Amino acid sequence: MEPLLSVKGLVKKFGGLVAVNHVDFDVYPGEVVGLVGDNAAGKSTLIKCISGVYQAEAGEIYFEGKPVRFSLPIEARDAGIETIYQDLALAGNLNVSANIFMGREVEKPYLGGLVKVLDEKFMLRESEKVLNTLDIRFPSLIEEIDKLSGGQRQAVAIARAMYWQARMMIMDEPTNNLGVVEQRKVIEIIQHLRDQGIPVILISHTLPDVFAVTNRIVVMHRGRKVTEKLTAETNSQEIVQYMVGALDDTRAA
Amino acid sequence: MTLESHAETAAKSGFAGRSPGVRRAILVLSRVWAWIFLVALILIFTMTTKIYQQVDFLTVRNSQNILVEIVPVLLMGLGQTFVIIAGGIDLSVGWVMGMASVVSATVIVALLPTGIGEGLSILFGFAAGLITAMIPGFINGVIIAKLKIPSFIVTLGMSFIARGIAYLISGGNVVIGMPLGVRNFGNESLIYLQGGNVYFLQRPDVTGIALRSLDRVFTYPVVVAAIVVGIAIFVLRKTRFGRHTYAIGGSAEAASRAGIRVDRHTIILYTLSGLTVGLAGVLHTARFNGGSPIAGDPLLLSSIAAVIIGGVSMFGGHGNIVGTVIGALIIALLTTGLVMLNVQPFWQYIVVGVVVILAVLIDQGRDLIIGRMKAE
Repeated sequence: MEPLLSVKGLVKKFGGLVAVNHVDFDVYPGEVVGLVGDNAAGKSTLIKCISGVYQAEAGEIYFEGKPVRFSLPIEARDAGIETIYQDLALAGNLNVSANIFMGREVEKPYLGGLVKVLDEKFMLRESEKVLNTLDIRFPSLIEEIDKLSGGQRQAVAIARAMYWQARMMIMDEPTNNLGVVEQRKVIEIIQHLRDQGIPVILISHTLPDVFAVTNRIVVMHRGRKVTEKLTAETNSQEIVQYMVGALDDTRAA
Repeated sequence: MTLESHAETAAKSGFAGRSPGVRRAILVLSRVWAWIFLVALILIFTMTTKIYQQVDFLTVRNSQNILVEIVPVLLMGLGQTFVIIAGGIDLSVGWVMGMASVVSATVIVALLPTGIGEGLSILFGFAAGLITAMIPGFINGVIIAKLKIPSFIVTLGMSFIARGIAYLISGGNVVIGMPLGVRNFGNESLIYLQGGNVYFLQRPDVTGIALRSLDRVFTYPVVVAAIVVGIAIFVLRKTRFGRHTYAIGGSAEAASRAGIRVDRHTIILYTLSGLTVGLAGVLHTARFNGGSPIAGDPLLLSSIAAVIIGGVSMFGGHGNIVGTVIGALIIALLTTGLVMLNVQPFWQYIVVGVVVILAVLIDQGRDLIIGRMKAE
């Protein structure tokens, strides 16, 4: 099977600091890849190179077999790579539906096509549909995001990506700051996405979450990828040893 | 499965901690208090002016005076409402209005001798006023959006620049020499009432006492302002442009990531603020039959007060145009009512100040209650 995303020899430097050092990694359709590592291991930088926030100094990124070079996050998103950020990137003063359609509002003609107005009904209906496919229910879709819980907001962000036909999703610490019940719900949503064939790159500090949902785990340490393991063939003790630098496959090789 | 509501930081406040019923009542009240306050003001002034001064408050003349009075404050407040909802502020509106007033009058005076006719001179003069008001707005927007300098500072600077330009063009004086058409546009009206008769569009040919008792209902500036208010309500509530304005105020970062062109939108917002202020300036020239550099300066803070009383959050993201209209009406009613009660006019400032602070307190109280509800 062809990988959906293929990163080859990616390098990103900040001045003298090599934040991402010749990293290769692939993501296949229908899998969840865990990206783990200690703070400053280069996970977020790597992800930002893929999602167009940063531009790599060297290396290639192939998406759906074609070489890509995103100079803006919007370009990555248009290609189908959606990133769900830690801070969620939602407008707290807008309602669920308005957030799902933010920046891509649907309009309908008004006064015989003289002007266009927002088609609120259509957007509400579509929002409800996509939330249903993720098995998420809200008491009201016209509730402001600020009035929702952290998990509900996370769900809205994921639903938005789903609705806009994400081909792949990157989630940066999606279970941070969530209650136990909500963490479980987010994990369920990730499984849901995987079952629908949308691969997910999951960045997380929470190893139990990573083991609960991933097929493969990539470990980074000081900008390098130190190992890549099938989740079924490893355990958290081993992964932690890689994370702290006690084990290193590249050194052994 | 429904997501469980997760406890957030609990708000700590005495009155927010009452029973759910009381809290819900306070919540509803906090949303409609401005309407109630407006109606209450009218009732109170109607009674007190009758009792203490033996005059009627709710007269055609009074209502029309109030409408004429709020036009500039309201027009300033419209652009300001959009700007503040998007998380900014425009402090340049006062002197830009003066500049627009002076420019329109100067252009009219300059064009009259060229023989293009009174109508065209006025038209070009007004157009010049509107366009010159949009230039500082545009520059404000570019500096705020592209150079990331806080709007407070940029528009404060622009306020001084516009002040200088307004004085330079006018030589520090009121620009006079307007043709009759200017004053007519600023003061004549759709409907006239005189001695029980109603006239449309055509002023009855009366003089002396009859002229003084002539009531002008919906003068042209009021009509123009009403149309602009209607457009502003529509744009903010119904269109993508309005939605993006709220989104940017909610989170510029999120809006930008969602593909909204935040920079471009910001530039348009400040330019539009310039346009509505320019309109206020042009209408000032028409109403007072001359271009005054200081036309707008005393109105800046009133316009911001109107926006705040109307419930627009200074942190951005919340508010609407109707609120601003009510805010402007409340200020004008207070002023007129206190004057009619023969209260020293200086008291009006104190009362408006108290209302502004109360308005923000009520908004914060609402936020506290919502925070409490979330926490439970």
